Amino acid sequence: MVDILILMFSAILIENYIFSKFLGICPFLGVSDNPSTAVGMGFAVTFVMTISSAVTYGVYYLILEPLGVEYLETIAFILIIASLVQFIEMFLRKYIPALYSALGIYLPLITTNCAVLGAAMLSIQEGHSFIESVIYGFSSAIGFTLALVIFAGVRERMALAKPPKAFRGVPIALVAAGLIAMAFSGFLGISFN
Amino acid sequence: MNGKKILSQFKKGLLTRNPVFVQLLGMCSALAVTTTVVNALGMGLSVTAVLICSNVIISLLRNIIPRQIRIASYIVIISGFVTVVEMLLEAFAPTISKSLGLFIPLIVVNCIILARAEAYASKHEVLPSAIDGLTMGVGYTVALVVLAFVRELFGSGTVLGFTVFGDWYKPASMLISPAGAFITLGCIIAVVQKFLMKKEDRDFKKEGSEGKLNG
Repeated sequence: MVDILILMFSAILIENYIFSKFLGICPFLGVSDNPSTAVGMGFAVTFVMTISSAVTYGVYYLILEPLGVEYLETIAFILIIASLVQFIEMFLRKYIPALYSALGIYLPLITTNCAVLGAAMLSIQEGHSFIESVIYGFSSAIGFTLALVIFAGVRERMALAKPPKAFRGVPIALVAAGLIAMAFSGFLGISFN
Repeated sequence: MNGKKILSQFKKGLLTRNPVFVQLLGMCSALAVTTTVVNALGMGLSVTAVLICSNVIISLLRNIIPRQIRIASYIVIISGFVTVVEMLLEAFAPTISKSLGLFIPLIVVNCIILARAEAYASKHEVLPSAIDGLTMGVGYTVALVVLAFVRELFGSGTVLGFTVFGDWYKPASMLISPAGAFITLGCIIAVVQKFLMKKEDRDFKKEGSEGKLNG
């Protein structure tokens, strides 16, 4: 139980996907303009990442490894994620329309979000068990959501500021992200041993 | 396609439409692997190789792939080449393969490659598509090397592993940390924006009408 909590804590804060692992920067810069879209994107990613961690675990250990074709990992995982996103989209549209209308527009973007593929591959690399990889996927996505929401708040404030002309738009956003990353690096000092 | 056109394409890839600095594509890998110039070069060349190959194949198959499933087909083609590059690096450049780690397989979801496939290779002949892949790949590589050069030089006082400054220099190790990556990239993009703004002004004056940056 303690192991699981440590895994969750480090995936959310210490090894935050945005601020220390650099996974999922494109959606991070793309949809963090206002907090409500950030929350929507965050939940969609959490949903897909938790399910995809479970499915890729199964495919890797039940199909790829017994057949000795581990090198097909990249192709297999991206196909799984792409079709899973399609499937989730169809499922939500049919059975949970309220959730679909909230997450719908973000779902297609998730296929090319490197955080999803990254989480699946890291889980395999680290040799997580089934439960661990699901929890790892889920908590990494929570860390991603946290970063997105914090940054959306900062960016909303920043819209009122007047930086030099050359810095307007993305450059000042990146500098702000750097400052938040600095704050997050404070968690690096925490050790559990 | 003549020499002049190729030259203007190179200019586009390197500066005015630089994938990292202007189009803001492929940011994850650009931020993550640029702690040293060697890593940046390795990553840049891998992406360039994948980009050229995938552009050629997609351009060859552009009339065969049905429109509805084109994105899925592109992803399969791209991930095939990524796997090839991954295995080649593991066999012939194990140190680079180890330090790039996860970011080699993640080339699959690098937006540059899918963007070029969708925007260019699916509409053009084979040779122009290959050249487009080359110019965009070189632009990406140059962007990564510039970023890595700044970070390595000031963050650890070396370039390509050779010590540049003497013992008196105390490296600003913050630049090597994730925070440094964001801030350095932000500053470089600001410089590029400044430059492009000046150029736009010049073009504006020269033509006496609208600027033409949206090409």
